[in-house]
Amino acid sequence: MKYALLIYEDESSQPTDGSPESAERYQQYGSFTEDIRSTGILLGGEALHPVDTATSVRVRRKERSVTDGPFAETKEQLGGFYLIDVEDLDRAIDVASRIPGATTGCVEVRPLIGWD
Amino acid sequence: MGLNRPAPRDAIEAVFRGEHGLVLAGLIRYTGDIQLAEDALQDACVAALGAWKKGIPDQPAAWLTTVAKRKAIDRVRRAAVLHDKYRSMAADMDEAEEDDVELEVVVDERLRLIFTCCHPAIAPEARVALTLRTVGGLTTPEIASAFLVAEPTMAQRLVRAKRKITDAGIPYRVPELHELPERMPAVLAVIYLIFNEGYSASSGDQLIRPYLTSEAIRLATILNDLLPHQAEVIGLLALMHLHDARATARRDAVGDPILLPDQDRSAWDSGQIDLGIRLLDQAIDLHQPGPYQIQAAIAALHDLAPTADDTDWAQIVVLYGSLRTYIDSPPIRLNEAVAVSMAGDPKRGLAMMDAIDGLGTYAYLHAARAYALSELGAIGAARDAYREAIACSPTDPERRLLERKLADLPADAG
Repeated sequence: MKYALLIYEDESSQPTDGSPESAERYQQYGSFTEDIRSTGILLGGEALHPVDTATSVRVRRKERSVTDGPFAETKEQLGGFYLIDVEDLDRAIDVASRIPGATTGCVEVRPLIGWD
Repeated sequence: MGLNRPAPRDAIEAVFRGEHGLVLAGLIRYTGDIQLAEDALQDACVAALGAWKKGIPDQPAAWLTTVAKRKAIDRVRRAAVLHDKYRSMAADMDEAEEDDVELEVVVDERLRLIFTCCHPAIAPEARVALTLRTVGGLTTPEIASAFLVAEPTMAQRLVRAKRKITDAGIPYRVPELHELPERMPAVLAVIYLIFNEGYSASSGDQLIRPYLTSEAIRLATILNDLLPHQAEVIGLLALMHLHDARATARRDAVGDPILLPDQDRSAWDSGQIDLGIRLLDQAIDLHQPGPYQIQAAIAALHDLAPTADDTDWAQIVVLYGSLRTYIDSPPIRLNEAVAVSMAGDPKRGLAMMDAIDGLGTYAYLHAARAYALSELGAIGAARDAYREAIACSPTDPERRLLERKLADLPADAG
């Protein structure tokens, strides 16, 4: 089954770029990503820029409205995601619990509908 | 398939009830879909009502399984015409049809199913309902009435949980040994909740209650048979037997509750007490202490006291102290305070009761305070506490009992 692992973290408590903590995080993500790539379960994934770069778009009665900021102001923000293909939810939870961000934020596991 | 004795409808329905969990577990494994398995079993039961009029087959579970599998295939084939998704399912099931379900193996299916129903990804209140529905074979209206929930609400809760199992890919498997410490507490909690729902007098349908207690004991027995040497599983089983042994002595002729000190101890089931004690000893020998074993030890001390006055309250106080290292909840604190009061220190017991937060509307707290106050000779305050308990009490029988306690208080000395 295919799952999206959505990584939510409090951006205000993230290590600043260039700090040793930040370097360590990058390294942790690098080796985790390499690990799931080598076992063949990784379908894809991306890291996102912080929410202050977000733009929200709505179309109502064919009128387009474009606003600065994320869809919802929350304490924790979506910072990145992985798409994986594993046997079942237990395996997906195992993978999610190894994501570095799980130790400081929260990983939401969502099954993909899969149209094929 | 040999047919014997002619069967009236209620005999057939009794067979359905007895075999339901076993057959359904096998069908869920076969179809990989709880809803489809339930629908197919329903179809098979309808067929059985007609076919079994002349006699119930020797192996009703095998009969129902065979027919239900055929009905499941029919349903999937019909759906396959409409949806691509069902085509591969139909192919898979045609393949699986060859190896017929062996009923001994199906017991394992039930264990799988318990862990699926109690998966941490399912909402806690849905775990209990789903376990009773799929493993226990209770109907949705029965579960709704046992938990005082409107039937459509319960039906919706079940549908949502079943959909989550399918859509989120919650597996049908028994967790590996190293996963058990993480997964077992939820399963034991569900079983103990089912037991307490049957055992407590708080609410619900009186006819379903004995069924719930025996169902909980049955589930824990299955768990213990299939995953032996788990001290807390054995501890829970011991605990339930040690409580259930007193079941018949807990009610008077009109069904009102009788409190522990007033029960006729000769009516307790001594065989069941022995069984509970043996299980508890087995659990303790495994040297994996836990809250169910401690609660079983407390129950055992009550069961083993020849009279209420012989109860080893000092030991019970010690046990509640260690129980609090696992579960530090207001009701456990209250039980500990009651034990302190009964062990001969009502003053300290009362002080402990008054220090508990959050039980203000809990009848048992006020009744316990009333008892401690009357021991201390504060009859007026005891009377007020009983009145408070009566006001908080959720059922008529409990209110009647408390009113008798209130009437039994000696006249106020002033």
